[in-house]
Parts: sequence; C-alpha cells; structure tokens
Amino acid sequence: MVKLVYFAWVRERIGKSQEEIDLPENVTTISDLIAHLRTIDEGYDAAFQEPHVIRAALDKTHSMHDEAIGDAKEIAFFPPMTGG
Amino acid sequence: MTNQDHNNLAIRVQIQAEDFDLESEINHLKQFGDIGGIASFTGLCRDEGGQLSALELEHYPGMAEAQILQICHEAFHKFDLIGITAIHRYGKIAPGENIVLVIAASTHRQAAFDGANFVMDFLKTDAPFWKKEYLKDGTSGEWVDAKDKDDAAKDKWM
Repeated sequence: MVKLVYFAWVRERIGKSQEEIDLPENVTTISDLIAHLRTIDEGYDAAFQEPHVIRAALDKTHSMHDEAIGDAKEIAFFPPMTGG
Repeated sequence: MTNQDHNNLAIRVQIQAEDFDLESEINHLKQFGDIGGIASFTGLCRDEGGQLSALELEHYPGMAEAQILQICHEAFHKFDLIGITAIHRYGKIAPGENIVLVIAASTHRQAAFDGANFVMDFLKTDAPFWKKEYLKDGTSGEWVDAKDKDDAAKDKWM
C-alpha cells in the first residue's frame, strides 16, 4: 500500500485529499501512476489532463515524472506552487 | 524534527496560522553573532483592486517546513550568513495582513540583501503552498496561477 496525497485544484478535482492504494504491477514511475489514476474516473482524468503541469513529490521530496516510485511510502500530486 | 527544535538556532523556520512580529524576530537573530546588517522582507496579501476578501493558503505539512529549511540552509552557507529566519503563514489571510517573512543577518549588507532575496525566490517556486482567492461578492474565486517570472527570478541564482 502507498499513500497518495493531493493539494489545491488537484485535490478538488479528485474530490479527496488522500487515499491508500495498491500499486498495479505495471506502475513503476510517477508517469505510470498518473496514467493509471486517469483511468479511475473523470475526476482523476480532469486533475491530470495536463500531466506536464502537475508536480509530484516522493516522501515529501520534489520528484520528476520519470523517477521510479521505488519504496516511497507517500506520493503527492499538486499544481505549481504559489506561496510567498 | 519539529519547528520547536529550530527556535534556538540561527536557522529558524516556522509554518504557522498566526501572525508574526518583525521586531521580536529581529531581536531573536541578534543573539547569534557580531551582526553588521539585517535585511527583512515581508509579503502581504493584496486586495487586487478591491475585489479580494481573503486568500486561503493551503500547504503540505511536513514538506513545507522541510523545503523552506533546505532553502534557508543553502542561503546560510552560500552567503555566509550569521542567521536566517523564514516564517510562512497558512489559512485564511485578509488583504493587508502578513503572509511571509524572511530575515537575513550578516556581517555586511550585501549578504543580508542577497540571502533574503535568494530565500524568497526559491520559496516562491519550491515551497508547497497554494493560494485560493475569495472574492468580496461572496464567491470563491480561482486558484492563483504560478507565474513564469517567479521561475525566471529563481533562475538568476543558477
């Protein structure tokens, strides 16, 4: 099981702030996971319709989409940041 | 590591709902050495031409602290600072209220200016915070878009 957490409009489009899922066997990278999540329903598909815009973090560290998920326990998806 | 652990360190990072006090934060930094200059930046919530009633700041707990701490560590060493403090608020913030504070203390002024500037530039693009607008007509508006100029501001340090 891996914990997924969502923020800002990614969270709103998916309709939840976090969940735990079992990763399918063919999901090894963050890109694979995004493609998998898009198949769940139209909310996920809307959240990830422009995948290049989405930022990801593995265990609270910024990560590129081609990075392997490995044994990360928490994967976060969010829009570009607008703090400060 | 909790935020509390940083309160007696020259690198202090706080993520909090409540406001901050500039004078007490400057006094905090004065204990760390023979300081010649202190530069501070305070970011406030604009009212966007009178339309905005509040901003809601969402953050990623844990990662927000870790990311800003990492940025402050980089600034501390890159500019040979004596102390650096960064405080970022979350929750609902009204126009005119404080959002963010960065203070850099150093032996000479340029390092203090550069340190505070560097932390703000990286904080804007790398710290997991998001702003949602609430409008005076009672509707919740849009999520604030990230700006290309913020990426460009960060890139100047590369």
